[in-house]
Amino acid sequence: MKRKHYLIAGLAGLVVLAGAQAGVTAMDAADAPADIEINSLAQLYEPVQFDHAMHVDATSGSCVTCHHHTTGAPAEDPNCARCHRTAAESDVVGCKDCHSAKRFEADYLKGVAENKALYHTEKVGLKGAYHLRCMGCHREMGAPVGCQDCHSRTDAGDKMFRAGKYAPAPGTKPAGSH
Amino acid sequence: MMSTLNRRKFLKGGLLGGAAATVLGTKKAEAAHSFGGYPESMGVLVDLTRCVGCRSCEAACNKEQGLPTPAQPFDDQSVLNQKRRTSEGAYTVVNRYEVPGQDHPLFRKIQCNHCNEPACLTSCFVNAYKKTPEGAVVYDASVCVGCRTCMVACPFYVPAYSYSSVLNPVVKKCIFCYDTRLKLGRPPACVEACPQEVLTFGRRQDLIKLGHERIRSNPDRYVDHIYGEKEVGGTAWMYLSSVGFENVGFDTELGNEPIINYVKEFLTIVPMVLTIWPALFGGFHLLATRKEAVKNEQQANKR
Repeated sequence: MKRKHYLIAGLAGLVVLAGAQAGVTAMDAADAPADIEINSLAQLYEPVQFDHAMHVDATSGSCVTCHHHTTGAPAEDPNCARCHRTAAESDVVGCKDCHSAKRFEADYLKGVAENKALYHTEKVGLKGAYHLRCMGCHREMGAPVGCQDCHSRTDAGDKMFRAGKYAPAPGTKPAGSH
Repeated sequence: MMSTLNRRKFLKGGLLGGAAATVLGTKKAEAAHSFGGYPESMGVLVDLTRCVGCRSCEAACNKEQGLPTPAQPFDDQSVLNQKRRTSEGAYTVVNRYEVPGQDHPLFRKIQCNHCNEPACLTSCFVNAYKKTPEGAVVYDASVCVGCRTCMVACPFYVPAYSYSSVLNPVVKKCIFCYDTRLKLGRPPACVEACPQEVLTFGRRQDLIKLGHERIRSNPDRYVDHIYGEKEVGGTAWMYLSSVGFENVGFDTELGNEPIINYVKEFLTIVPMVLTIWPALFGGFHLLATRKEAVKNEQQANKR
């Protein structure tokens, strides 16, 4: 009876080892699509046509520059490396797979507060993740940082920003001026 | 607690003080005088190192609160050439600061900071202001008489006045989107609109921990201070910065006492002055002038 258990455990161990061997070769930039449409938040702005291939070249194929520790390469940021030095590949690498679009809604905040096992209680939301990632680097690299350099505004966006055809008539005085 | 308290101790503490001490346990009786804000109140942590001055928060605020059309579109960056203040048409404004030794400007969003002990509220003699358990400082225009003491009292110069109507005085300021969002457990419109997550919305207590953690993880990025954690008794909106706060338009001389504490003693004697003094000095006056009145009366009788 016991011997059978050992046998099963041993076999299972072999299977796991084999799987790990297969995973040693980390995810490759070639696995990703050349172009990605970032559209999950599109509302005030048109979706972003993200040239993934170009950014792979720009980072010399270093996925971890943008993708934290999810692609199988160890984290570069010393803060992250404290725990994520040995990074296993993750099933999901897209921003929206981890970063919530409803970051500040009551349900999300409640979930964070109640999950005592959670270390990253301060994980930025989806919009923050996109912009902090992209804009931080764009500013350093001298790449475009204007809002409409990456996504043009929709009609709803123009309306909210009182721009384009919704622009204030010339000579509009601010409220309260005399 | 009760067993260690004998009659002598009780009397020594003064009847009231002793009674309070028995009720409050080890807490000092005077601790009851200051209100540190509601424990479950919400707040916003503003990280100035992330702000790029896009003015999305201004646009969102304008839409949410139904504010009048601005003079320029919200994507017009030229307005940043001046230092602006909040007004009846804009409950929040972003200002730009060129900081010596920095290669890029810093931006700072201004709005009501929703103090734990708001000076506007404590200075208002008709109780037009209210601090809600959610943390917002809201205002009731229907009782306001337009005296504008709140505008003088506010250490941040936030409340603005609507001069457009004489008979209907209205003070205008950010209300933390209380009616339409905060009350329902939702973040204010500016927080939702911010692309850079400059604004982190959450329980004020959590935000303080979170802010200190952010400073601890990035010591080179932040000055070691959360503006609003203690200033004027604590505010619901708090700030992190990469440079000293005096460089980005903050008043760093405000101290940590709630504004009301400076005038508490004075205010307690006001009712006494208004009630006792007229009678007292009126009496003195009558006594002092009585002789003369009698003399005048006698002279009048002689004639």
